[in-house]
Amino acid sequence: MTELAAKVVNLKKHYDLGSIVVQALRGVSMEFPRGDFVAIMGSSGSGKSTLLNLLGALDRPTSGDYIIGGRNVAHLSDDELSGIRNEMIGFIFQSYNLIPQYTVVENIEVPLHYRSGRSSLTSADRDRIVSLAELVGLSDRLDHRPFQLSGGQQQRVAIARALVNDPQIILADEPTGNLDSATEQEIMQVLLQLNAEGRTIIMVTHEPSVAEQARRQIYMKDGRIAGEGVFPG
Amino acid sequence: MPGFLRTIQLALKSLMLHKLRSGLTMLGIVFGVFSVIAMLAIGRGASEQAQEQVLRLGATNIIVRSVKPPQESAKGTRSSRVLEYGLLYKDLRLLQETLPTAQTVIPVREITKTVRNGYRTLNARVVGCTPEYQELNRLFPSHGRFLTQADLDQRETCCVLAAETAVRLFGQEDPVGRAVQIQNHFYAVVGVMQPREATAAVGGSLSGQDYSHDVYLPLTTMRSRMGDLNLFFTKGSFTLEKIELSQMTLQIRSQEDVLPSAEAIREALKKNHRTDADYSVVVPLELLKQAEQLRDIFSVVLGSIAAISLIVGGIGIMNIMLATVTERTREIGIRRALGARQRDITWQFLTETVVLSGTGGLIGVALGLLTSPAFRIVQIVVDRFVFDGQGVASPFGKMFAEMTPQPVPASLPIAFCIAVGIGVIFGIYPARAAARLDPIEALRHE
Ligand SMILES: Nc1ncnc2c1ncn2[C@@H]1O[C@H](COP(=O)(O)OP(=O)(O)O)[C@@H](O)[C@H]1O
Ligand SMILES: [Mg+2]
Repeated sequence: MTELAAKVVNLKKHYDLGSIVVQALRGVSMEFPRGDFVAIMGSSGSGKSTLLNLLGALDRPTSGDYIIGGRNVAHLSDDELSGIRNEMIGFIFQSYNLIPQYTVVENIEVPLHYRSGRSSLTSADRDRIVSLAELVGLSDRLDHRPFQLSGGQQQRVAIARALVNDPQIILADEPTGNLDSATEQEIMQVLLQLNAEGRTIIMVTHEPSVAEQARRQIYMKDGRIAGEGVFPG
Repeated sequence: MPGFLRTIQLALKSLMLHKLRSGLTMLGIVFGVFSVIAMLAIGRGASEQAQEQVLRLGATNIIVRSVKPPQESAKGTRSSRVLEYGLLYKDLRLLQETLPTAQTVIPVREITKTVRNGYRTLNARVVGCTPEYQELNRLFPSHGRFLTQADLDQRETCCVLAAETAVRLFGQEDPVGRAVQIQNHFYAVVGVMQPREATAAVGGSLSGQDYSHDVYLPLTTMRSRMGDLNLFFTKGSFTLEKIELSQMTLQIRSQEDVLPSAEAIREALKKNHRTDADYSVVVPLELLKQAEQLRDIFSVVLGSIAAISLIVGGIGIMNIMLATVTERTREIGIRRALGARQRDITWQFLTETVVLSGTGGLIGVALGLLTSPAFRIVQIVVDRFVFDGQGVASPFGKMFAEMTPQPVPASLPIAFCIAVGIGVIFGIYPARAAARLDPIEALRHE
């Protein structure tokens, strides 16, 4: 059996809104082997983002377990969650989420400031930032600021930033949702390359053309997994 | 680059994003720090000025002056028309004989009279005194000599002129050997004194002394020639005053004896006077203590005013930082997603406020160094618009014009630290608010 990057067991997430309780996740169990590339699909409101946020340790489940790196996130403190996010997870968002006043290099280095020990940047760190910028094809834009870049270029910066702490899992919530199809394909090429290098990628998407490039597809409905691996008819 | 330097650099970067806003916010702190430094310097300048004036009177001296009592308690009724008050020769003898702590008791009688040399006249302050008067008031002869004991013993009709008096009555000529006329007597001029700066008023108890229009006579001569009565014209009627002595200055042997001696003097004088309204005992040492208290009060009051402006500056910072946090909610969400702990966010925003208030503090300290020139400008403005350029003519204007702020060196680092402290105090709430945001909601924020 292959080593697991992460695993969720009977994961539930309820939002108590006072008058009603929204059951965003109603018991999701799933395993993510190392090197997996999962595309999560499903209609709006089915709980995809909620699942991804839990996988990203941005939130704790109402019940159930989430094991990553041998630790159960459900029982960790806020600071420990931050540590998990920093070391084990790389986020890619639909709206890129770069820090506007920072340059490409400064954006990529943000996660380095929050690594445990808060050590200052070394020259090895700088080399790594430059090589990551090169990897995503932005080595000539190091001192540009986000507003000087196209959407595709901004998403590449976000990818480089997600990789800077060498995380086990890359989480992407509709990474190509704001991009045209040509740029979408460029971003997918980068993700596929990362996956080929052995990185685990979990991606939420609406586009079947994007989803079908992943190794497997998961369909969600009403906070549950409705099906897996089958292309919808 | 060390981590904290990088943090400061990034904080600067965020602040530079809104230069005008950051600058205006900082201004509150700049003025707060400046006013702390300036207020303390002005307070200290004022108190040192007061202390200096008191010390000029001599810390071991006790001055007893005749005071014109309030009208209703005065004995001079309409019928007698003689206003009799003040110190008596009896008092002088009493103190000379009964006060062992007093080294000397120096009596003085002052009357304003018209002094003439031919057609040239001057309304002079005629001072009847003893030889000790010279040293007591630090007078130095420029020609001739001051009065001697022999002049007093023999009741010589001689006099000594102040520098200005000499010029007014004799122009460029040397008055020594000539004579001046006061009423119907002539007095031989035996000396001219060097110009002497006037003393300012001290507290409410002693008015300033202007030595420039003085004529000094032996006290004995003055009494035998002019008597104790003095007739003058005020408010449309003539008043006849009877005063034996205008002032006595007691030089006490040591500073420890001053305060007990003052008590003894107050007690002793009660024997000769039915009321204490016709004389006053001025103790420079007491005034010195009062001046020190005044300095403390000044420092506290001015310091509080300055502190209030610093707090206002702090509120400005807090206001802006709260707006900044709202504006940068998404950035906070991003940082949290990338692994920032709550503490990291708190530090980030706190660093920004401290950089802001610290920079403001530094600028304020730099401005604080300019307190003296700035105060000079205020003095010129006050003289120009409050006193119409005649500030030196009024006692208060003169005092204000002569005031020099004394920078308190410790106030520079203290004011700076307070500014940084204000940054921390008023920055902590916005920073904590930022740190407590829910990461997911912060990321969703538009
Ligand atoms: N913070 C929240 N408070 C209340 N309800 C929420 C919250 N976040 C998500 N939900 C609800 O949970 C359900 C799943 O949402 P989400 O995971 O965002 O769906 P998806 O990403 O698949 O569109 C939706 O009904 C949504 O309204
Ligand atoms: Mg969603």
